[in-house]
Amino acid sequence: MVMDLFRSEEMMLCQLILPADSAHETITKLGEVGMFQFKDLNADKTAFARTYASQVKRCDEMLRKLRFFAEQIAKADIMVSPKAGVQRPYELDELEGKLHELETELLEANSNQNKLSRSHSELVELQLVLEKAGGFFEDAMRDVSSIQDELHARAHLPDGSSSPGPSIQTPLLNSATDGAAIELQVRRHPSTQPLCQASIFPVSDLVLDQETGGMASNSARLGFVTGLVLTEKAQAFERVLFRATRGNMFLKMAHIDGLVKDPVLGTKLEKTVFVVFFAGERARTKILKLCEAVGANRYPFPEDRARQSQMNAEVNGRLRELHVTLDAGERQREHVLSEMAVSLADWSVQVGREKAVYHTLNKLSVDVTRACLVAEGWCPVVAKGRVTDAIDRASFQSSAQVSTVFKELPTKEAPPTYFQTNKVTEVFQDIVDAYGVARYREVNPAVFTIVTFPFLFAVMFGDFGHGLLMLLFSSFLVIYEKKLSNVNNEIFNMIYAGRYCILLMSIFSMYTGLLYNEFFSMPMSLFGSSHYVCPSDPSLPFSRCEAGAKDGLIMNPELDTPYMIGVDPVWHGTKTELQFTNSMKMKMSVIMGVVQMTAGIFLSAVNHRHFKDNLSMICEFIPQVLFLMAMFGYLSLLIIAKWCMGTREHPITADLYHVMIYMFLSPGNVDCMDSITGKAGCSENLMYSGQGGVQLFLVFVMLVCIPWMLLPKPLILKKRHEENMRAGFNLLVEDDDDSSNGGNGAHAEFEFSDILVHQIIHTIEFVLGAVSNTASYLRLWALSLAHAELSAVFWERILMLGISLKNPAVIVACFFMWAMATFGVLMAMESLSAFLHALRLHWVEFQNKFYCGDGYKFVAFSFAEVLSEMHL
Amino acid sequence: MYGWEALYFNAKDGYAEALVRGLRRGLLTASEYTQLCQCETLEDMRLQLQNTSYGAALANEPAHSLTASALFDRCTRTLVEEMQHLRCQASQPLADFLDLITRGYMIDNVVLLVTGTLRERDVQELLEKCHPLGLFDSIGTLAVAQNMRELYKFVLVDTPLAPYFSECLSCEDLDEMNIEIMRNTLYKAYLDDFASFSEKLGGATSEFMSEILSFEADRRTITITINSLGTELTRDDRRKLYSNFGTLYPQGQLALATCEDTDQVRNVLESHSAFSAVTSRMSYSEGTGALLDKVFFEEEVKRAVGAFEMQFHYGVFYAYLKLKEQEIRNLLWISECVAQDAKDRIYDGIVYIF
Repeated sequence: MVMDLFRSEEMMLCQLILPADSAHETITKLGEVGMFQFKDLNADKTAFARTYASQVKRCDEMLRKLRFFAEQIAKADIMVSPKAGVQRPYELDELEGKLHELETELLEANSNQNKLSRSHSELVELQLVLEKAGGFFEDAMRDVSSIQDELHARAHLPDGSSSPGPSIQTPLLNSATDGAAIELQVRRHPSTQPLCQASIFPVSDLVLDQETGGMASNSARLGFVTGLVLTEKAQAFERVLFRATRGNMFLKMAHIDGLVKDPVLGTKLEKTVFVVFFAGERARTKILKLCEAVGANRYPFPEDRARQSQMNAEVNGRLRELHVTLDAGERQREHVLSEMAVSLADWSVQVGREKAVYHTLNKLSVDVTRACLVAEGWCPVVAKGRVTDAIDRASFQSSAQVSTVFKELPTKEAPPTYFQTNKVTEVFQDIVDAYGVARYREVNPAVFTIVTFPFLFAVMFGDFGHGLLMLLFSSFLVIYEKKLSNVNNEIFNMIYAGRYCILLMSIFSMYTGLLYNEFFSMPMSLFGSSHYVCPSDPSLPFSRCEAGAKDGLIMNPELDTPYMIGVDPVWHGTKTELQFTNSMKMKMSVIMGVVQMTAGIFLSAVNHRHFKDNLSMICEFIPQVLFLMAMFGYLSLLIIAKWCMGTREHPITADLYHVMIYMFLSPGNVDCMDSITGKAGCSENLMYSGQGGVQLFLVFVMLVCIPWMLLPKPLILKKRHEENMRAGFNLLVEDDDDSSNGGNGAHAEFEFSDILVHQIIHTIEFVLGAVSNTASYLRLWALSLAHAELSAVFWERILMLGISLKNPAVIVACFFMWAMATFGVLMAMESLSAFLHALRLHWVEFQNKFYCGDGYKFVAFSFAEVLSEMHL
Repeated sequence: MYGWEALYFNAKDGYAEALVRGLRRGLLTASEYTQLCQCETLEDMRLQLQNTSYGAALANEPAHSLTASALFDRCTRTLVEEMQHLRCQASQPLADFLDLITRGYMIDNVVLLVTGTLRERDVQELLEKCHPLGLFDSIGTLAVAQNMRELYKFVLVDTPLAPYFSECLSCEDLDEMNIEIMRNTLYKAYLDDFASFSEKLGGATSEFMSEILSFEADRRTITITINSLGTELTRDDRRKLYSNFGTLYPQGQLALATCEDTDQVRNVLESHSAFSAVTSRMSYSEGTGALLDKVFFEEEVKRAVGAFEMQFHYGVFYAYLKLKEQEIRNLLWISECVAQDAKDRIYDGIVYIF
């Protein structure tokens, strides 16, 4: 399995010659197999000029109908679990007819239903108008009669005038003079009783004359319009009415509680009933136009009370009738829809597949005679059997007279890159692909990434407790992966896709946490307490060991071994803790970096061997290895030597920085010997005898490596090219007919300066990169330090501080704060930054040693892919 | 604060600018136009447009109701949605700027409605014809007005157009001539307002906008002149309609006001180097409005594309609207040609953007 991932699958360019009558079937079968990538042979043709454009259009139209159905079904709230295979599958033509039929039926049902519901809502609105407007008029009448009563009473007062008629009108008309102001008040308080009295002023004379509330005029022609207007537009409507009639109108409105279905829009909206009174024909036309403009629905309102109640009864009757009809129509429509709902998913899948097949057919080139189609495409060699098998079955099933021809084409074109991944390896392949898709058959770094990525992450995120938390989270994702697979949240899906990576990351974090001996920043004593004791008195605790602080602790004579795994817990809390861990982590980072980079260079050798590129092997790989080994390989060796060689009696105090710096500044002179005085300036740097000679040699090797990387390769390539040209020329002279077969095709575009510049860049990049990349690995140390320090701060300054106060409420609060800080800062932000740094170390420091990443992905024509893109 | 936009522009308007630049990437290129021109039917066009910004809007149109005007409507709707989205993302003063852009459409809508009512068309029908960017709440009530004063007092006093009306508050009844004068007066006030607003914004915005607005002013000046040739509009009235800025202001406008035929107009314009492209085209055809329009459109597109060369200014929003509008006009032209089978004229009406 892993070896499959090491190099991409072998590919072959195939040509299919399909008889026209079995082409469709063959493509369908290939889509089911999903192992054939079709090349577009009609790239120069526009989408609609292709052979099967009309079929694609038909499928689009059918998909549109299906979308329409789905929308209608969703609107009608029909929940039918789609059962596969309830109905026998239709042929495409048949299905098209069926869909057309269903659409017409549905549209007809909809339009009938719309008409009915429109008249239904109109009647409902009319009913509302009758009710509310009737209310206005009744109120008005009551008020009138009360006023009259009052006036009558006043008229009978001793000093009152003799005739009641004018005296009734006078006060009313007087107050009517400032009609506009009163009207405004009315509008603000339509319900308050005293102002409602004023509401009849514009029609006062009529009311008084006729005492019926009717609107027939005697002096000026007064009319009214009733209807409904959207509540949100009511204010604007009122304003416009006022302006258009210069205030010569009277408007009464009543808000309807609840929503009313609009006849035209068919949606439920808030509405208000209005009655406008006006005088004159011009005002009438204006108001009618305004009603139209704001979308107010007008309804007739009889003045006569008897006719009102008669109309009310009529409306009620018709509403009942309509209700029955509407219900029946609705039931029928729902029946049609639920029938559709059963097979809707099936149909969508079928049409989606058909569309994909025709899209693919459009990529095929058509023979002049139209008898056969030619397809070209890539197919993994391992899947050849499955592909040919599918082709054979297809031509058998379509009972074509001629069988499909499958043949392999020789090609110089770079094939696509295809890795067979599974759900675990997929995420690591994605990490690599995000940088660049591997060149065909080159070494795939994903294989190494599976282990090194979580490991480098863990080096930066080393804490047993945090690793444990992460493990819980990732195992939750892994255990419930089936259930969680249909969660639809972008951020969650990203984490979900990386669940196996996170799982490995957490396990490695626990491991490195064990090595660092940290559990939420506290040391663990899993393997007993410290192996060191106080030199003066072994039983004394470290906190009271003064000798230990001065001269250091000594190893427990009874045990006489270092701590079994990881850092000795005794380091925790000491003054030298940071110096110790820094030195350890720094050196460790350098060693790991050198190991990974060397591995990268060796992988380039594997590539050179596979592509039989001996030139690069000798002129790139060997000098590169030598260069890196001479500089940082040597440093790593010194680090390990320093770790192993020192004893308590003869400690090695050599400063490795100095050793490296003086190696270049004064080659051969390790201990900075002054040639005049003969005094050694830094004698501690001398670690072993002959060090000067060795270092001199290494510097020499490095100096040799640089021109070695730089010059030979382009020069040799130039020479080869010249020879080729000469050979090709000779060939042409010898045999004119065979000119097309000349061996110089591949070398036709040879530009020496390009290659030289490229090589210079490559060399500079490697030489400088050797230093900067090694330094870059120090981020392992830096992030690990930051992580340890942060978690220690949270532990000490929040949790321990809270506990030391011995107040339960404070402890709870502090624990909460600590938990939040741990989750938010360490588990979320720190892990993300460690992830990004691990990513960078892989993409830049590791992969630039060998990875070209300029391939392109194998995208097979597969129904599974097509349908998942359609969200089916 | 010229030159310092880079410091603070992105904090407020960076997202909206990024959006509009992203949208610009979706504009059709010359090769896409070439492919569209090869379409045989409107359905072909839809297929071709599938992968453009119009794809989603066109996908749900039933095949039988796919007409040139339906296509135009759908495309306009995508433009409107994009502009509304931008408007939602905008903070001040970009929001004001985007509102100002739509005022021009409001003026056109007002004129459309008033003219329509004069000819006794149905209000709803007219409302459907209005440009959706220029709709405002009480637009339907325009139909009531009989003269300018009423128009102002009933409806427009509430709208942002109100200040522009100060110039044309006459009690005259509305007739075609008056409406046209009203439109131009309103537009003049609008351009003035827009120019002074951009001036206030300063920096690259005012630099670009003053250039493109003065082009707009010149264009209107020339169109007004040509359209008013042979009408009863007096010289002084004509001059009143000209904008107060632009490269033709004031000498060119004085000269144009006295012109009495297209030859004189051409002579005036020839003395202005900026209009050499216009005049050279004018001489070949006897003052056809359509051709003149195309020349101006081409010029406008050239300037609008230039807006994207600069950064940190609001001109890109204006430019994008103009470009997209032109693109939709192009699509309408192509679809009309395809629908009416007039493919020999198809290349005449397209103004290429890239």
